Amino acid sequence: MLTKDSAIIRIDNPQVEIEDLNLYYGTSQALKNLNFGIPAHQVTALIGPSGCGKSTLLRCINRMNDLVDGLHLEGLIKINGENINDPSLDVIELRRKVGMVFQKWNPFPKSIYENIVYGLRIAGIQDRTVLDEAAEKCLKKAALWDEVKDRLHQSAMGLSGGQMQRLCIARAIAVSPEIILMDEPCSALDPRSTSRIEDLIRELRGEYTIIIVTHNMQQAARISDYTAYMYLGELVEYGPTQTLFTMPGKKETEDYITGRFG
Amino acid sequence: MAKNIQTEIEKLKNQIVYLGTAVQENMQKSVKALWGKNIEMARQVIDRDKDEIDTFEINVEEECLRLLALHQPVAGDLRFIVTVLKINNDLERIGDLAAKIADKVLLLHAVDPVKFATDTMRIPEMFNSMFEKTVWMFHNTMDAFVNEDTDLAYRVCLEDDEVDRAKGEIRNQMEEIIMRDPAQHVYLAKLISVARSLERIADHCTNICEDIIYMAQGRIVRHHITR
Repeated sequence: MLTKDSAIIRIDNPQVEIEDLNLYYGTSQALKNLNFGIPAHQVTALIGPSGCGKSTLLRCINRMNDLVDGLHLEGLIKINGENINDPSLDVIELRRKVGMVFQKWNPFPKSIYENIVYGLRIAGIQDRTVLDEAAEKCLKKAALWDEVKDRLHQSAMGLSGGQMQRLCIARAIAVSPEIILMDEPCSALDPRSTSRIEDLIRELRGEYTIIIVTHNMQQAARISDYTAYMYLGELVEYGPTQTLFTMPGKKETEDYITGRFG
Repeated sequence: MAKNIQTEIEKLKNQIVYLGTAVQENMQKSVKALWGKNIEMARQVIDRDKDEIDTFEINVEEECLRLLALHQPVAGDLRFIVTVLKINNDLERIGDLAAKIADKVLLLHAVDPVKFATDTMRIPEMFNSMFEKTVWMFHNTMDAFVNEDTDLAYRVCLEDDEVDRAKGEIRNQMEEIIMRDPAQHVYLAKLISVARSLERIADHCTNICEDIIYMAQGRIVRHHITR
């Protein structure tokens, strides 16, 4: 059995470093003294019961919590060694570097093509050839190209749920992020679409750092390299997924992943 | 679902205990039939193996596959079910070996019993000693499973060497007698086969104990138990 401290592994040269992180919504503390590193170009899953703080933590990584009233944050989050809460940091640039895919797909009410190139247009790229190439490359990476190549200029709203979610992933990777945050990206999808998104996550891994929040234990076991189990705002256990799902170091983790908890 | 899988796991544990009890009873009866020349008892052993133990093994395996498919267990639950799948198979093989001993009882019945010479009077005694060691291993294997007792599982693994040694001694003694009196060959060769079956039973106990250590500690110790 691992001790309390050794249940959290240390990652060498992490891309995301979380140091003494405490987060409060008003007087209620949502994250408690988190200290761990997330490796580059791997899939890290955040698991834990509802309200344990995993989505809150995810949203801290690209500062999506900035506009939440009464939110107060202590400690450091560093990406590639840089403090992302530094006042001099450009938040738009941070969010370009750290993309996000949500539980409910949210394509813009535009064409499939315009959804993909939106970020590039905002960045000032107007060259049609560059945009066309980017659209094709991203749709191929998101395993959507073959299904939509003949209707690129039709509304994205006509796609199925699974296709819209893959479109959102394609849109996220169009601006060449380093990190992609995923907040339960498959929870509203059928098993077939879920399987396609999981295949996609496995393919994108290696090129991007993926951090995924999921309530589906089997999904975390299938797709992630590392898993962090959180409970009541604390990090209980963090380690290689294979170890965590076959021989967890802490009884609390075992109780949660085997469904004995709550 | 959570409560469900705990109930199912408890049920599975009871099934393995039941199978273990049936196998141990058959093992003891087969050796009792051998020395008591009890043909009826030997037939009971063979029938029970075929009618009950073999069928029970298939039921347990189906139950494990059902739990794996429906519950997709992880961690301790996964290790338990995978271990039960393997133990189930070992227990069935032990059942087969007990039936094999019973088979030999039927064959020996037709052969004139050996007249042990004074210097080989120890043979039944050696068999009993080997049998007691094997039963000890089996009994403690089942205890180690029920209580997830890895210390006991280790001790059982270490005892396997003793059973191997006992088998070697029996074989050597028998071979000596055969050299002196080749007429005894038919009878004694069957007794050597009985010793071989007991030794295989001890090997299966060792396999089960190694799996119990995996179940409790998540470490695969197979081929690495230090003697």
